Amino acid sequence: MPGAAIEIEKLSKEYPYGFLHLKKKRSLEDLSMQVQSDEVFGFLGPNGAGKSTTIKLLMRLIFPSSGTARILGKSIEDVSMHQDIGYLPEQPYFYDYLTATELLEYFARFHKLSETDRHERVQKMLKKVGLETAKKIQLRKYSKGMLQRVGLAQAILHDPQVVVLDEPMSGLDPLGRREVRDIILELKKEGRTVLFSTHILSDAEMLCDRVGVIVGGKLRGVGTPGEMVGMESQGMEVFFELHGSGQAFPLLSRATNTGERYRVEVAEAELYAALDELKSAGARILSVTQLKPTLEEFFMNLVDADRAQANAVDVSGK
Amino acid sequence: MKTRAAGAWLLSMLLVAGFMGVWQLQMKIDAQQKATRVELDELAIGSPKVIKAMSLEYTPLVAAMYWTRAVQYYGEKHRLRLSNLDLLWPSLDIATTLDPQLLPAYHFGSTFLGEKAPAGAGRPDLAVALLERGLKANPDEWRMYYDLGYVYYFDMHDYKKASEAFAEGAKNPKAYIWMRVLAAKIAGEGESPETSYFLWQQVYNTTTDELIRQNAQNHLVLMKAQLDMKEIDRVADEYEKQTGHRATRISELVQAGLLKGAPRDPDGYPYVLGEGGKAELHLDSPLLEKMILENRK
Amino acid sequence: MKNVWVVATNTFREAVRDRVLYNLVFFALLMMGAAILVGQISIGIEQSVIVSLGLTAISVIGIFIAVFIGVGLVSKEMDKRTLYALLAKPVERWQFLLGKFAGLVVTLTVNTAAMTVGLYLALSMVKHPLTRSDWYLVVAVYLILLKLALIVALAMLFSCFTSPFLAILFTVGLYIAGLFAQELRTMRAVTIAPSTMRMFRGISYLLPNFENFNVMGAVAHGRGVPGMLVLQNTGYAVLYGAMVMALAAMIFSRKNLK
Repeated sequence: MPGAAIEIEKLSKEYPYGFLHLKKKRSLEDLSMQVQSDEVFGFLGPNGAGKSTTIKLLMRLIFPSSGTARILGKSIEDVSMHQDIGYLPEQPYFYDYLTATELLEYFARFHKLSETDRHERVQKMLKKVGLETAKKIQLRKYSKGMLQRVGLAQAILHDPQVVVLDEPMSGLDPLGRREVRDIILELKKEGRTVLFSTHILSDAEMLCDRVGVIVGGKLRGVGTPGEMVGMESQGMEVFFELHGSGQAFPLLSRATNTGERYRVEVAEAELYAALDELKSAGARILSVTQLKPTLEEFFMNLVDADRAQANAVDVSGK
Repeated sequence: MKTRAAGAWLLSMLLVAGFMGVWQLQMKIDAQQKATRVELDELAIGSPKVIKAMSLEYTPLVAAMYWTRAVQYYGEKHRLRLSNLDLLWPSLDIATTLDPQLLPAYHFGSTFLGEKAPAGAGRPDLAVALLERGLKANPDEWRMYYDLGYVYYFDMHDYKKASEAFAEGAKNPKAYIWMRVLAAKIAGEGESPETSYFLWQQVYNTTTDELIRQNAQNHLVLMKAQLDMKEIDRVADEYEKQTGHRATRISELVQAGLLKGAPRDPDGYPYVLGEGGKAELHLDSPLLEKMILENRK
Repeated sequence: MKNVWVVATNTFREAVRDRVLYNLVFFALLMMGAAILVGQISIGIEQSVIVSLGLTAISVIGIFIAVFIGVGLVSKEMDKRTLYALLAKPVERWQFLLGKFAGLVVTLTVNTAAMTVGLYLALSMVKHPLTRSDWYLVVAVYLILLKLALIVALAMLFSCFTSPFLAILFTVGLYIAGLFAQELRTMRAVTIAPSTMRMFRGISYLLPNFENFNVMGAVAHGRGVPGMLVLQNTGYAVLYGAMVMALAAMIFSRKNLK
């Protein structure tokens, strides 16, 4: 389906705080962006940047101070739109006196499903997220990972076109993270739109068609992970081993080491010359890899820049 | 495992010992408090209006509690032969303020507020006030007039009002039939032994309250003794007429054939002839004390 | 409207699994004890005591449940964030609120009905053949239930915009104030200015007049209650309750969740 699944226009959120609620804190400022249908979009940002705020605004858990948004063409104020979207809250907590089956059945009742259809889907979902054996146990006995899986199940139970996940991998062990990742990829294959927020950059790099970076309540950039960091290679990284204290050679001075293992960065053009130098020095080459900028660096730069600006603002007293 | 079981045993024993200690201490505290407490009355008495307000919407239950307390208070005082019934009226006042339809409270209250000490509080005025409140809240209760008649007749000796009360109550078709007749009799004669005896008989036969029934019984017994002694006096007068001198012993009257054997009072003690040849109760008879109290005005 | 029913049934299920109904055990013990004791202590008012005690217990236990669980209906979901996933479903906030209300009222009805059965059992132990006048009890219990429903509505309203502790305080406070509303209206004191009197009267009409629902005095002494009173009280509870819930729905619909 072509077109934007999620459209956000100048969405802002302010919180009054302080004595008599006179001061205002802006947790989101003029956010404008779009998520295309059948793409996986990652919302990146440090904690408190505004990712959760945006998602909660979309889900109508909180109300915008200004701006609008639409999902699948319907305004976020239209509750019927929720028929076609699935949501996994951050650190989900469900009614602990219910079993997984009961919870899914309960949530499914709000959708337009026949009774047999409902039962079928619930069982299918439980199987899909690997909770079939635990389905009759009360949720209060579930581990965090199991709760996350229940959360995913209830989010996609009704076959929604758009799936919104708030920090779906937080608190999971690597195995759990992989499972979630696989499910997201499956959703993508099924042609659904997935929007998820995370502060784990490697996940974003791996899964997302596009990412949006939010820092300090403002959108800093949207694009493919590659676009964000630039495609240029930054050189090559060489690991080598050197025994004994032979002659010093120029490359050595640029290298760092632990014991007899050394690491040195060279420009791509200089690679072969460097290798020759090492060979003559009697070093044993361990590995050669291309250095690519990571999202992390891009990210950290943004965060530092933002912090510097905030400090400047503080100092100026405004 | 063994140490856990041992630990459990130790804990249980400690708990048992602890509770025994607590029990002992509590008994000591109770005794200590009894020693320091002057009045054994503390019935959480306060202003009826305040207590009504504090009872929120649960007034009938609180009324029942105060009523129960009132009865127990009376019973306890009665058992211990204490005559201070100061708290009887306040308890009944609160109970009937909280629940004006608490009929047994009016009946009980009118009896024991009106009675002279030690059987009652000796406050017939309060009894009348109680009954008038009861009539205001329960205009259809002819029994209140019945009780009112008793109070006026026995405790206040106001025969006009007594007659009026019985007459008023008799207007209710559900009332005792004799009330109208008695109203007339009292209006005409005032107090008379037959009337008094009849009235106490009525209470004795119809009341369901044990304490009230016992009270009526006491009165009946005393009246019987008085009637007996009146009869003995009549016989003694007869003897004097016949012999010209006053008998000094009952046996003389028996020998003269005027009495069929030494008569005994309701408690089983024989009557004696006292000063001036008048019949008197035996010194050992428990009725003597009661008679003295009764005749005290 | 189906959504309301879905939420209501789940709320009932939650109450049952939270062992709310265990209070019935306490109530049963209380009534048994009372039935046994009352013969020994009270004089001439066994029936009145059982009925008053039973109705008092039904009322007090009911109020406890209505206030504490009523406040928790919304605040627990907000605190624990169980609400978040639910509101992402196609369900309106007012439907959620109404469903919670209905669920607790159903729970209270079941609870109260069970207690009424217990009350009748205790009564029959004390007074053997139950006469026609004993059926008036059901009317008293029905009115108590109306009162409880209104209290639930108030509890929910307060919990929508204050902390659970304050909500409990306000609800209980309003209950007590509501009991004295009638007094406020009929107050006569020389020292009060007429304008103040008018203000008191106005307030007394605005307060929920909980004394309306109290027929314990009549029923304890075996007297009936006029049908018109029952009808009027039903109307009052429905109307007042609807207003409270509408206000709650309005507030809750605009609330930013944490």
